[in-house]
Amino acid sequence: MKTGYLTALPLVMAMGAATPMAHAADLEFYFPVGVNAPAVATIEQLTSAWAAQNPQHTVKAVYAGNYEETTTKALTAAQAGDPPQVAVLLAIDIFTLIEEDVVLPISDIATSDADKAWIDSFYEGFMVDTRFDGKTYSIPFQRSTPVFYYNKDAWRAAGLDPEVTPKTWDEMVEMGKKLTVKDANGNVTQWGTRIPNLGLAGAWLFGGLVKSKGDVLSTDTGTEARFDTEAAKASLEFMLRLADEEVMQPGGVTWGDTPKAFLEGQAASIWTSTGNLAFINENAEFDWGVGFLPGGDGPGAPVGGGNFYIFKDTTDEEREAALDFVRFMTTPENQAIWSMATGYVAPSQAAWETPEMQAYAEDLPQALVALDQMPYAYREFATFQRARVTQFLVDAIEGVITGGDEPAAALAEAQEKADDVLGEYR
Amino acid sequence: MRLSYGMGFILLLVPCSLLVAFTHYPALKALLNSFWNNGSSFRPSRFVGVKNYETLLQDDKLGQVLINSFIYAIGTVPVAIALAIGMALLVNSKLPATGLMRLSFFLPTMLPMVAVANIWLFFYAPGIGLASQIMTWLGLPTINFLGSTETSLASMMVVAVWKEAGLFMIFYLAALQSIPTNLKDAARLEGAGSVRIFFDVVMPLLRPTTIFVAVNALINAFRLVDHIVVMTRGGPSNSSSLLLYYIYEVTFGFRDFAYGATLTVLMVVILGFLAAVQFWVLNRKAHYQ
Repeated sequence: MKTGYLTALPLVMAMGAATPMAHAADLEFYFPVGVNAPAVATIEQLTSAWAAQNPQHTVKAVYAGNYEETTTKALTAAQAGDPPQVAVLLAIDIFTLIEEDVVLPISDIATSDADKAWIDSFYEGFMVDTRFDGKTYSIPFQRSTPVFYYNKDAWRAAGLDPEVTPKTWDEMVEMGKKLTVKDANGNVTQWGTRIPNLGLAGAWLFGGLVKSKGDVLSTDTGTEARFDTEAAKASLEFMLRLADEEVMQPGGVTWGDTPKAFLEGQAASIWTSTGNLAFINENAEFDWGVGFLPGGDGPGAPVGGGNFYIFKDTTDEEREAALDFVRFMTTPENQAIWSMATGYVAPSQAAWETPEMQAYAEDLPQALVALDQMPYAYREFATFQRARVTQFLVDAIEGVITGGDEPAAALAEAQEKADDVLGEYR
Repeated sequence: MRLSYGMGFILLLVPCSLLVAFTHYPALKALLNSFWNNGSSFRPSRFVGVKNYETLLQDDKLGQVLINSFIYAIGTVPVAIALAIGMALLVNSKLPATGLMRLSFFLPTMLPMVAVANIWLFFYAPGIGLASQIMTWLGLPTINFLGSTETSLASMMVVAVWKEAGLFMIFYLAALQSIPTNLKDAARLEGAGSVRIFFDVVMPLLRPTTIFVAVNALINAFRLVDHIVVMTRGGPSNSSSLLLYYIYEVTFGFRDFAYGATLTVLMVVILGFLAAVQFWVLNRKAHYQ
């Protein structure tokens, strides 16, 4: 017992000594990692740079798992009365965070002219899902959009022009058939393309298919899900067609294996996040390129990724420090560092104009494709009770792809369940 | 020296408070929560009686999850036990290199389930994984193990058996070594062959171990879902979702604490029933020396 007191004593003294310092805030910062990139090291590099500039504050960067786990941890901590001051969470978690009443609209504390100019400096495409009820709740940070990665060597081997990617779904099927390669036993050794269709990632990409058919899965009210539509039906039928025509592996396709399947030559093309640019650039042993996602009636893609949120249950000093921290993390220079390390799309024009970013884009022109595709991209599916409502969509997609359900019936069922849940919020 | 009553209570205090704080209070709280609906800043939580239980009865997904859990338990427990007995006999024999065998059979048990799941993810990856490569080499079509509703649950069961059998082997090994050799010698003198000795002498003596292992395996079948989280997240189409994973999904994914509590009550009832059966069987059927 005695040793316990003795070892605890210096700790108590240290805590006592820390409190009298004026305007000091100890920030806790939760962040997720969702891509194959040295993200943790870069986050730590940026947070320590901020801490070095602000010796009166401290910041503890906590890697909290994937997006879902980070949201769960942040919400659980907030409910226990000890939230992180700042966190990177999914942009589409905005409705959940508002419903749980744990985040502060950033526009409420970023009120100076300089602050307002900062909020206005981001691309509109990334700001749509930060707003609710006239307020800006979050700041874009690790934003991504899927693009079409393709193996130019496979293109050449199939007799295709390596500079031309399929623009439409029909072209995708046509070119894909040429790209699928079988061995002597008739087993496929290389598939034409690969679209992850399982789980939340599957639902994310599905949003891009629907957008390219001129519809959306959700609106910005947070109370409307649009599953039972012609566009959604056509998108599911396109996925089935890819499998029927042997362009894509039939059945469920996982998100996680996708970059590896591309690198191993098992898929001639893949639909995956720009967040994998750095990983593929580093590991691809063949000539590869990036294009727009093939679309139904025109280009279309979802945007996804995480934003900075500041939590409500914090002191004024902590909020001020947190805001300063977020502003630091999203300076054009730091956006450029983050974007180059990971492949996330830098969310402001100013970041793309930095000399580092210019040099990077020249070296890796693939990075620019995502930026060009942005005007055709639409926010990821988001409503109140997002996790539950998205699961209805996931069940419908998986039921059709892996369980042989009828697309129209599966979507109608998902729609009915979603309306049941969202009815309360209208 | 006898301890005084006072000292006895003090010593009991620590384990009792841990038990109350982490077992009894949460179970009771879950029971209470299951009669309330889920609140948020918009809608405060209110008493709804047995409404959550009505939802439970009408929940199609729960039906599928329970069937999955049942198949998973029925499938993994006997296979893991049979494999464990086989491995125990092997490493208890006079074959060379039994030390190395013991180590390699026990290795999966020492790995954390999350690590095991990640290893198996690479085995199962269609086209690029070890399983696919072996099948291609044999000229067979590759199987999309985790991406198909027909194979995902079976794939999870294989992982569980691989992970668990080594642990059960240790129990059987200990039991085998405690069987007196004179019993076997006596049987041999009477003219019994190895097979007869195994079924009529060894197996009856292993029965307490078998019951102990079976109960633990059954509880683990409900308790261990880490590999589901890592490998399939219950998919595709909920084909590999187990009860505990479903509780996690509802509670922390959907943040529906009320329905999560209701499902937890169901799980406690199921486990309580299994425990009761366990004690009944242990008392009646086990042969102790």
